[in-house]
Amino acid sequence: MAGSVERDRAALNRLPRWLVPALAVLPAIGLAVFYLWPLLTLLQRVVQPGSIGHALSAPGVARVLWFTLWQALASTALTLAVGFAPAYVLARYRFPGRRALLAAVTVPFMLPTVVVGAAFLALLPQSWHGTARAVIVAHVFFNVAVVVRLVGAMWAVLPTDLTAAARTLGASPAQVLRHVVLPLLRPALWAAATVVFLFTFTSFGAARLLGGAANPTLEVEIARRATQLGDVDGAAVLSVLQLLVLAVVVWWSARWQRRAAVQFAGVGAPRRSRSRAERRWVPTVAAATAVAMLTPLAVLISRSLRLGGRWSLAAWRTLGSAEVRPGISLGVDPLASLVTSFRLAAVATVLSVAIGGLAALAIVSAHRHGRLLDVGLMLPLGTSAVTIGLGMLITFDTAPFDWRAAWWLIPAGHALVATPFVVRALLPVLRSIPADQRAAAATLGASPLRAWLAVDVRRVMRPLVAAAGLAAAISLGEFGATTFLTRSGRETMPIAIARLLGRTGQVPRAQGFALASILLVATAAVVMVASVLGERGGASDA
Amino acid sequence: MLEARDITVRFGDRRVLDSTSLHVGDGEVVALLGPSGVGKSTLLRVIAGLLTADGGSVWLDGTDITVLPAHRRSIGMVFQDEQLFPHLSVGANVGFGLRMQRVAHGVVAARVAELLELVGLPGFAGRQVTKLSGGEAKRVALARSLAPRPKVLLLDEPLTGLDRELHDRLATDLAALLRATDTTALLVTHDHEEAAKIADRVVTL
Repeated sequence: MAGSVERDRAALNRLPRWLVPALAVLPAIGLAVFYLWPLLTLLQRVVQPGSIGHALSAPGVARVLWFTLWQALASTALTLAVGFAPAYVLARYRFPGRRALLAAVTVPFMLPTVVVGAAFLALLPQSWHGTARAVIVAHVFFNVAVVVRLVGAMWAVLPTDLTAAARTLGASPAQVLRHVVLPLLRPALWAAATVVFLFTFTSFGAARLLGGAANPTLEVEIARRATQLGDVDGAAVLSVLQLLVLAVVVWWSARWQRRAAVQFAGVGAPRRSRSRAERRWVPTVAAATAVAMLTPLAVLISRSLRLGGRWSLAAWRTLGSAEVRPGISLGVDPLASLVTSFRLAAVATVLSVAIGGLAALAIVSAHRHGRLLDVGLMLPLGTSAVTIGLGMLITFDTAPFDWRAAWWLIPAGHALVATPFVVRALLPVLRSIPADQRAAAATLGASPLRAWLAVDVRRVMRPLVAAAGLAAAISLGEFGATTFLTRSGRETMPIAIARLLGRTGQVPRAQGFALASILLVATAAVVMVASVLGERGGASDA
Repeated sequence: MLEARDITVRFGDRRVLDSTSLHVGDGEVVALLGPSGVGKSTLLRVIAGLLTADGGSVWLDGTDITVLPAHRRSIGMVFQDEQLFPHLSVGANVGFGLRMQRVAHGVVAARVAELLELVGLPGFAGRQVTKLSGGEAKRVALARSLAPRPKVLLLDEPLTGLDRELHDRLATDLAALLRATDTTALLVTHDHEEAAKIADRVVTL
């Protein structure tokens, strides 16, 4: 008797049973068709007899693995070292231009890897091109934001009096750093190191442009084997090997982070520099950081305006055609690639926002069962873009699923890469909605479904705009998966940039820099507009 | 003897301290009394070397230490909210100052045991500081500051945030402890009773 009353009571305000499956069906199908199926096809290629031995015994594999590993470790160590001072200054001090500096540090991280690669091709002397150090320098530039954000976030809440206490106990500044600050920052340092290692281990765009043929990372080698040598099985083996390495690193790092975690209470509010020494070195670090972050981008733009040692608009003027000189065509039309990129980005954005939005609503409404979809949609995030592209290439090549020529295959790949970010952006907002808001709507006469529409769906609209910006930026700059799916005559901007910069001759190079400048400005604009719109939404909701 | 001469501190346009002077004799315990926001803690921070004053000087035993960095002053401080190092055990917290001076392990361990005994927490060396009660944490903070034998001990409202009974008991213990160790101390408080109970002399700011 009491049981049935309980059941009725719980059922009273419940959402209709069909809602969660209806929301989840599209994301689940998308995930199964465009991620799981290609991944299984890839695995199937790998388990074929002889393919592993064949792939790993190929000449140069050990060298590629070794290079990928050591450049990733070196990039990670250098990024931590370089990012430490700006992280401290931005977390601990208040000074004019602090927000602008934070933006300047974050921008490179949002930029397409091809743009960063192009910027360092423009900046570094010719003798550095095709070297490991060029790859590492670009990786540091790209990932400093990770250290500044993750380590800085923890540093900002580290109580200032804790270091003051150490000083009154006789600890010198170096001892304070070693015995108090570093141990307490260890979880954030670990997290940052892991993220930077994962990014640099799977580096493709910057590594391909800067490392050249002499220094291929695993990603570059996978793409070379699949697209240039036609050795798809070998490429598949290397992709799966890379996936395994990534899984081990993530698991191992998560264990360490849990162990290193220390609870501390209190906040250290940022303050103005007071002592004479602080007044000298805080502005120094801030200025040096700003210069280091902006110089490569400024040089990229200026190099697009130089031809034969002189200022010239020729590269920009000829962007609209594939011809460098009358009658001589290079087969890449830069301006057409711009149109292609924006068109594909629009489709990819709509796809990822729709699928990500549905998935986020389903995950939150379904409570326990939502976990499965949640984890499933995060998988593409842990899979390198090259692996995703390769999987799609070898899966959708036979009738009736021969979609290689279908215009929507590239945006589908982009959406796969971008959707996890959309879901991550929406979930915290949805989870923060108090259940009472829906109850309040119910007492005002709304049915459970109406209440859900009025509260949850409405609430998600503003952050959805920010997420859409992110998805558009990801699609505009996506290079890894596109390398496999691109078809000649329909190049996207990153593909066109890589082709132009791979050519000899001054005009195509300058055109490559010009096109990279356009992509740089477009990406920065999309991200900024979206984040401003998203933030405004947050403020008006509060 | 500790002496602060004509200390002036400005935060923006606000003058927090305006030519404030103060002295504490050897072995003397002085209480600095006053309502909140009057600059008591600021004065302690200037004396400890954690804050640069806009004017004035700090002298210790006849030496001008105004520009000496905090870690070379040999002035200890007990913070209002203890500021125990959360990643270190109770013993490692108490021994921190001695380890910074590279004192031998055995000597550190002996001094840690001695001080934990003194503050009434014998055998606590292996405990985690995050699991201590409010009163225990305050005792550990006191032991930590006394361990490197500072020339002067500064106490910034060391007994706030405790219930009345515990507060009174700790105040009695603190008064006895400062006498027993013959510590020169400057105590900041807004509680008249507490000031009278612990200090030899009360200065109102």
